[in-house]
Amino acid sequence: MIVETRGLRREFRVGRIGRRRTVVAVDGIDLNIAPGEAVGFLGPNGAGKSTTIKMLTGILVPTAGELRVCDLDPVRSRRELARRLGVVFGQRSQLWWDLPLRESFTLLRAIHRVEPGAHRERLDRCIDVLGLAEFLDVPVRQLSLGQRMRGEVTAALLHAPDLLVLDEPTVGLDLVSKERLRVFLQEVNAAGEVTVLLTTHDLADVERLCRRLVVIDHGTVVADDSLTALRSTFGGARELVVELVAPAGPLDGLPGVRSVCVEADGLRQRLAFSPADTTAAALIAAVAARVDLRDVTVVEPSIEDVIRTLYATRAPS
Amino acid sequence: MAERVYRRIVASRVRSQLAYPVSFALDCVAQAIGQALELVVILVVFGRVQSLGGFERDEVLLMYGLAGIAFGLADLAVGQLDDLPRWIRTGEFDVLLVRPLGALAQLVTSDLQLRRLGRVAVGLVVLLVVVTGAGVEPTPANLALLVLTPLVGTVLISAIWVATCAVSFWVVDGKEVANAFTYGSSLTTSYPITVFGPWLRRLFCFAVPSAFVAYFPALALLDRPDPLGLPHALRYSSPLVAVVAVAAAALVWRTAVRRYQGAGS
Repeated sequence: MIVETRGLRREFRVGRIGRRRTVVAVDGIDLNIAPGEAVGFLGPNGAGKSTTIKMLTGILVPTAGELRVCDLDPVRSRRELARRLGVVFGQRSQLWWDLPLRESFTLLRAIHRVEPGAHRERLDRCIDVLGLAEFLDVPVRQLSLGQRMRGEVTAALLHAPDLLVLDEPTVGLDLVSKERLRVFLQEVNAAGEVTVLLTTHDLADVERLCRRLVVIDHGTVVADDSLTALRSTFGGARELVVELVAPAGPLDGLPGVRSVCVEADGLRQRLAFSPADTTAAALIAAVAARVDLRDVTVVEPSIEDVIRTLYATRAPS
Repeated sequence: MAERVYRRIVASRVRSQLAYPVSFALDCVAQAIGQALELVVILVVFGRVQSLGGFERDEVLLMYGLAGIAFGLADLAVGQLDDLPRWIRTGEFDVLLVRPLGALAQLVTSDLQLRRLGRVAVGLVVLLVVVTGAGVEPTPANLALLVLTPLVGTVLISAIWVATCAVSFWVVDGKEVANAFTYGSSLTTSYPITVFGPWLRRLFCFAVPSAFVAYFPALALLDRPDPLGLPHALRYSSPLVAVVAVAAAALVWRTAVRRYQGAGS
């Protein structure tokens, strides 16, 4: 296991002196992440995501519970762990602000004692795939956010970490930069080089990168499963969109269909169904038996829907 | 191994500053003027009085020179700690903790303001000018003491700074408190402690050991009895005090970082 936690708990003392109270940020999290996994770590603001990440990376000491990352105790073996960990904080830079990007990489090479040949090889690959060449000699403070994030990700990967922790890496990025980053991360993870743990508010990140989702709320895990499984459990309806050759009245009365929505004067109809009741194939067959079809598409429930349902079923106590 | 890393960091810092030589030179001059202003104060005072706390002008300037060099070098070494509250407030301190190096070492090497050498230059010039006038005998022991004192003083002031800046971990806006000790130490080290009242004197001798930066070693250089009648051995004990101060500072820093990890936000 790359990450292993048992009953991980973290409290904070807040408030003014005399009126102190204890707030539980993380309330007993059990989490196992195997090598090579890509895990999306989701939750609303204040759910305990950042606190958990900080405990995993050795920045914060847990109040209680067991915690091993890369088979190390994060706080006691902070420096040793740091060699096996790549961390990208979307809101903070790990690069040297007034030095050229290239020089930050050289310093990190020295800090992590990476052998020059291996460093060269990894850096060249990042330069190539992430398109860093044009701004390698620009001081970091002059980079755009998108350029800087590409630099940050490179910086986190240069020492070939076992675990890459990304804390909201795409925050504030434009669509093109986001996409570029996702493609790269997907590639790195798929090559089996690094385990990825990602927190984000951008569900498209998760959809692209993570096969497994851990959703936390109020400091506890409310769901931990594959994206597909979560979809079918909490996702509610899938949608079959049928385009007809000729306009028709609402296609009511099909088995397993919950609702019908008619568009384009009956030329297009949206049939909501639950995978538990029927399959897309059976439904298409049933529709085709009634009318002439021009085209069909199956729309998956969006991950937003999944998460919304999850949060809704766990109303604050 | 780790020193190689720091050398690299420092080297790239130096390169980036020397990239603009004119602005660098101006910065140095500005720092030198800042330091020289204190010199003017001392000279003005001696325009009115013959002695200050029982010491003559050149004797006080000897202390001023020794302290100025030590202060400038300490500022160069650990002056970056001034930024610690910002590191903590913005959460950038976290970034230091996910690197395989000590947080303090990373902080102080986060920048190296070479312009601070301007202060050192002023101290050095004053020291060279007054050293004979103050009556320091050119013996080998005194020469060694002249070289060692600013270096030991640098270590001492640095230790005081590290310990007081660690206050920021408890009170993020504790910068003013810390500055009272950091920049205040420039004042308290430059004058003979005899000019202060008894409480302050005790504070500078034993709590914040700034009297060991210049005052006590200067007594040895001048071969004068201590006007306060403090033990003779004190004038040679600066290195020992520095060792203790470093140990204490390390302890305070460790406690502070542990607190951050235990109660960060």
